[in-house]
Amino acid sequence: MGFLFESFQHAISLILSFDREVFNTVWTSLYTSTVAILLAAAVGVPFGTFLGLGRFAGRRAVLTLLNTLMALPTVVVGLVLFGLFSRQGPLGSWGFLFTPWAMIAGQMVLATPIVANYTVAAVAGADPRIMTTALTLGASRLRAMRQLLLETRFGIIAAIVAGFGRVIAEVGVAMMLGGNIRGYTRTMTTAIALETSKGEFAFGLALGIVLLTVALVVNLFLNLLQQR
Amino acid sequence: MKTVRILAVLLTLSLFFGHTALAAERLRLATTTSTENSGLLSVLLPPFEKAHDCKVDVIAVGTGKAIKLGETGDVDVILVHARAQEDRFVAEGYGVNRRDVMYNDFVILGPTEDPADIKGLTDGAEALKKIAAAQATFVSRGDESGTHSKEKSLWKAAGITPAGQWYLEAGRGMGEVITMATERRGYTLADRGTYIAYKSKTDLQVLTEGDKALFNPYGVIPVNPKKHPHVKIELAEAFAGYLTGAEGQSIIANYRKNGEQLFFLYK
Repeated sequence: MGFLFESFQHAISLILSFDREVFNTVWTSLYTSTVAILLAAAVGVPFGTFLGLGRFAGRRAVLTLLNTLMALPTVVVGLVLFGLFSRQGPLGSWGFLFTPWAMIAGQMVLATPIVANYTVAAVAGADPRIMTTALTLGASRLRAMRQLLLETRFGIIAAIVAGFGRVIAEVGVAMMLGGNIRGYTRTMTTAIALETSKGEFAFGLALGIVLLTVALVVNLFLNLLQQR
Repeated sequence: MKTVRILAVLLTLSLFFGHTALAAERLRLATTTSTENSGLLSVLLPPFEKAHDCKVDVIAVGTGKAIKLGETGDVDVILVHARAQEDRFVAEGYGVNRRDVMYNDFVILGPTEDPADIKGLTDGAEALKKIAAAQATFVSRGDESGTHSKEKSLWKAAGITPAGQWYLEAGRGMGEVITMATERRGYTLADRGTYIAYKSKTDLQVLTEGDKALFNPYGVIPVNPKKHPHVKIELAEAFAGYLTGAEGQSIIANYRKNGEQLFFLYK
């Protein structure tokens, strides 16, 4: 019990004191996850919309594949991209390994299937009359799609929230591709893993509480967007 | 469309901040968890970073992986402790100009009950023999780290292939293994530096120490630019020079944790 209490105390003092190092890791977590989720949304939302509306041969197979990709273990993504980005790999000359960009790439791979899947569900579940009404009112096909996305924004934002939750909480990709470099690629989760390995359990748990707090703030913000 | 605008601003902001972090020159150092977890690097690196206006990116992994990262050219310089593997690394042309930096030693930790009765022994292989004979719990790093390769050479010297319920291969870092051995009331081989750093978190005792075979030297090796032209060899050489030069050496010698010296110099 003393250990849990100590962690809470620690977490609160960490948040209040605005510790530079903690702030840095929070920031790294936030910006890599944010860039990753935006890129994932840029790919996943159009792809999901297309899958949700489209009727074509092999659609079911693609959906099953997408569902399977949601179960991608983070270390597998980390391993594959490690092979790609290492100096010996095909993209080695980019010098991506152990930079935030490698983490962003990995997180994007993790988030895209989730965003796409939720988008499929949102679009497929929308009132089918939205598209036809927009079209009969003289909207172009693109305009009608935009209307559809606007009407289903609740589901789309849920897709983004789910993807964001996955990437900000994952540790495998960040550890393998980022390398847990202090002040550069150290995220909340890799910092927690490090503190745990050092035996600083209370400090690790405190960081976990900070991470949850950050996630809460982000979700409050996204919630505001949903309510609009 | 306000949403899109907000997201666009967020994206620009994050790209901007991500970019500033990339501005300074970066030297990539692969090293062992023992140098990082002991806290030595956090006092050793800042003067170098200041003098050379650069950032040292520390990738703290086991010695085996650190050497691998050097072989593939994913880092510029390595600071490790496994002499045989280091010599192979240089002989195969992956590294140049290896230098001794510092040393400490390995110790065998165990619970105060000491079921294998190894307290006071100075021969590491002898102690392992007794642990194996008593089938007492032993936690191994099992991760191809410098400590793990030292442990394997000790088992070899003892003429034993450890296996069985009592032999736990953790596959984790030194600190985690000490924690695990503490919880399971077992023995383990640890570098003294990490043990001292962990003293307040474990009740395991140093039971065997002082064997020549338990000597633990650390070396720094820049990655060979002939193998990997992108390596920042000048900065890596400067770093190796700093570690072995007057300033670095005095920082190492003066570093204390819980009032004890963790690393020693070659004199």
